[in-house]
Amino acid sequence: MATEKTQSNESEETPALLLAEFNTPAEVLHAAEKFRDAGYTQFDTHSPFPIHGMDAAMGMKDSKLGLIVFPAALTGTTLAFLMMWWMNGVDYPLVIGGKPPYSLPSQVPIMFELTILLSAFATVFGMFHLNRLPRHHHPLFNSERFKGFSDDKFFLSVEANDPKWNLERTKKLLESCHPAHVEAVYDDDEGGADFEAEPATGGHH
Amino acid sequence: MSSANLPIKELGETPLVGEGVTFKSVSETVCRVTENKAPRGWWIGFLLAISFTGVMGAAIGYLFWAGVGVWGNNAPVYWAWDITNFVWWIGIGHAGTLISAVLFLFRQKWRTAINRFAEAMTIFAVICALIFPGIHVGRAWYAYYMLPIPNEMAIWPNFKSPLIWDVFAVSTYFTVSLLFWFVGLVPDFATMRDRAKNKYRRIVYGALALGWRGANRHWQNYERAYLILAAISTPLVLSVHSVVSFDFATSLMPGWHTTIFPPYFVAGAVFSGFAMVMTLMLITRAVYGMRSLVLMKHLELMNKIMLVTGSLVGYAYGMEFFIAWYGGNDYEWFVFKNRAAGPYAWAYWTMISCNVISPQLFWFKRFRTSIPVMFVVSIFINIGMWFERFVIIVTSLHRDFLPSSWGYFRPTLVDIFTYAGTIGLFFTAFLLFIRWVPMIAIAEVKGVMPEADPHHEPHGHDGEHGEGAHAPATAEAE
Repeated sequence: MATEKTQSNESEETPALLLAEFNTPAEVLHAAEKFRDAGYTQFDTHSPFPIHGMDAAMGMKDSKLGLIVFPAALTGTTLAFLMMWWMNGVDYPLVIGGKPPYSLPSQVPIMFELTILLSAFATVFGMFHLNRLPRHHHPLFNSERFKGFSDDKFFLSVEANDPKWNLERTKKLLESCHPAHVEAVYDDDEGGADFEAEPATGGHH
Repeated sequence: MSSANLPIKELGETPLVGEGVTFKSVSETVCRVTENKAPRGWWIGFLLAISFTGVMGAAIGYLFWAGVGVWGNNAPVYWAWDITNFVWWIGIGHAGTLISAVLFLFRQKWRTAINRFAEAMTIFAVICALIFPGIHVGRAWYAYYMLPIPNEMAIWPNFKSPLIWDVFAVSTYFTVSLLFWFVGLVPDFATMRDRAKNKYRRIVYGALALGWRGANRHWQNYERAYLILAAISTPLVLSVHSVVSFDFATSLMPGWHTTIFPPYFVAGAVFSGFAMVMTLMLITRAVYGMRSLVLMKHLELMNKIMLVTGSLVGYAYGMEFFIAWYGGNDYEWFVFKNRAAGPYAWAYWTMISCNVISPQLFWFKRFRTSIPVMFVVSIFINIGMWFERFVIIVTSLHRDFLPSSWGYFRPTLVDIFTYAGTIGLFFTAFLLFIRWVPMIAIAEVKGVMPEADPHHEPHGHDGEHGEGAHAPATAEAE
């Protein structure tokens, strides 16, 4: 996956990512600022809840979700309109209560409902798409300590495919953020090296 | 989300969780309910609830076998308990959406303690509601005529009918509520997965968590999705009960044909939903020791919402009556006099006492913060709101235009079993929910704790809310 990795050609020595553990939101926020300022782009923070100000600290651009939802909303409105116009006005005109076969005011509620319905689907599935979820396999899940992210710990992970990646320097930068713990995490699915990779993860502490 | 977590002492604000609550204790308090063995009370409740669900199945089976004649519905009362129950259940669901969407948009952070619970209730209540229109059509196997799919008569649904709007409104409401609920659950399923002690829990919760790893690059899209869902659910929830009220308001029946119906129905829905949340929350909070997460403050705020919506409903009752007289339509005025003094006066006055009088107790802080009082009042409101729908539907119908067509509706045993059975279904789903799903939104509660703010220092080095830019953003209740 990483260009550096294929060069070094030794899966035991090149971790998939480096992972630092912190105890408070403030610490991980400051660490993210350091990595942003150092020019890293392939890093992320992991927390039990969204941390206010983290998007700016990581130098992230605004979410693109709205660009997915808005067209879906318009599609919902249009589809509802076309469906009712064709079904009641063209294919089988129904005259009920002396109203014209096609009458716009009475179609507003369903146009509204389908707008909402399609927007909701686009919001949820668009969000999962942007996040590339579901993804049940990820090198991070090889770390036992990482489980703390969903409880009360905060993590910063730097991926080996970051253009700025250099095992020693990246590790130094991580350690300068005063983390509670730093570890190298390996992708145990590469080349069937599961059995070698496991002890290497543990031995790196 | 978390910039405004620090309570402003000058405004008398206090943290949204109890003393000594930490991130770890939040995970622990909520997750252990699903990890420990179920208490005996849970089993008793579950067996009782599932028996009632069985009764519902039997009652509906008999209905399908024999036809709608087994209900008390008959000329001129063609809509009775079926539609009363439908509107009652849909209304109960509305509190969940109000808490998860409307209070979110208003930045009412206290909602985090009760939103998961209320959203689950929404889904179960809508399931119960959806049963009734499905079975009251008589030949339920033709219920698919409601959908715009080609059928053997080559005819499409009549989109000018509010009943078809209702099909779209309620099914959209159910789908959107389910999606919203699931999105909220994903980070909490990850917590359950990471705490899992055995293989099955790891696999099941792991699958449901979708590989969530709390990444900020994910949280960003996640929070945006949450905001959009809240923004679209808010008009949705207002539209659903408005459309339900159109079922009545667009007809020409005296007592139904009024323009006040949509806002009046929405206020009533929120009112009854909060009452149901309160009833269930008080029991669950006591049984599972959630007192450090659901504080008296939360209950008091809910009581205030009930006072407001209850008074809105009371105003609507009064205004309806006034317009019936002021409008000068003899039929309309007759219906209203008949409601208050006719054969169903007992139902009308039950409704008034439960819905208008009982919540007035919440003007007083002593009653607003008394658990026995709020429990009893919440039950009264649940009863009163059922009677509201009964009064609207049955009293408007039972005196037809010609005295020769007058009638009096009495429920049959099948009516009663079907209704009681849906309560059983609701509780079955609800008990399964508190047994297997985190009943309080773990990630959201952590996010509103003072410690979640990156500017929070354990010993308050800059005077708690020293960050001037953040303090004004607080939109805390009171």
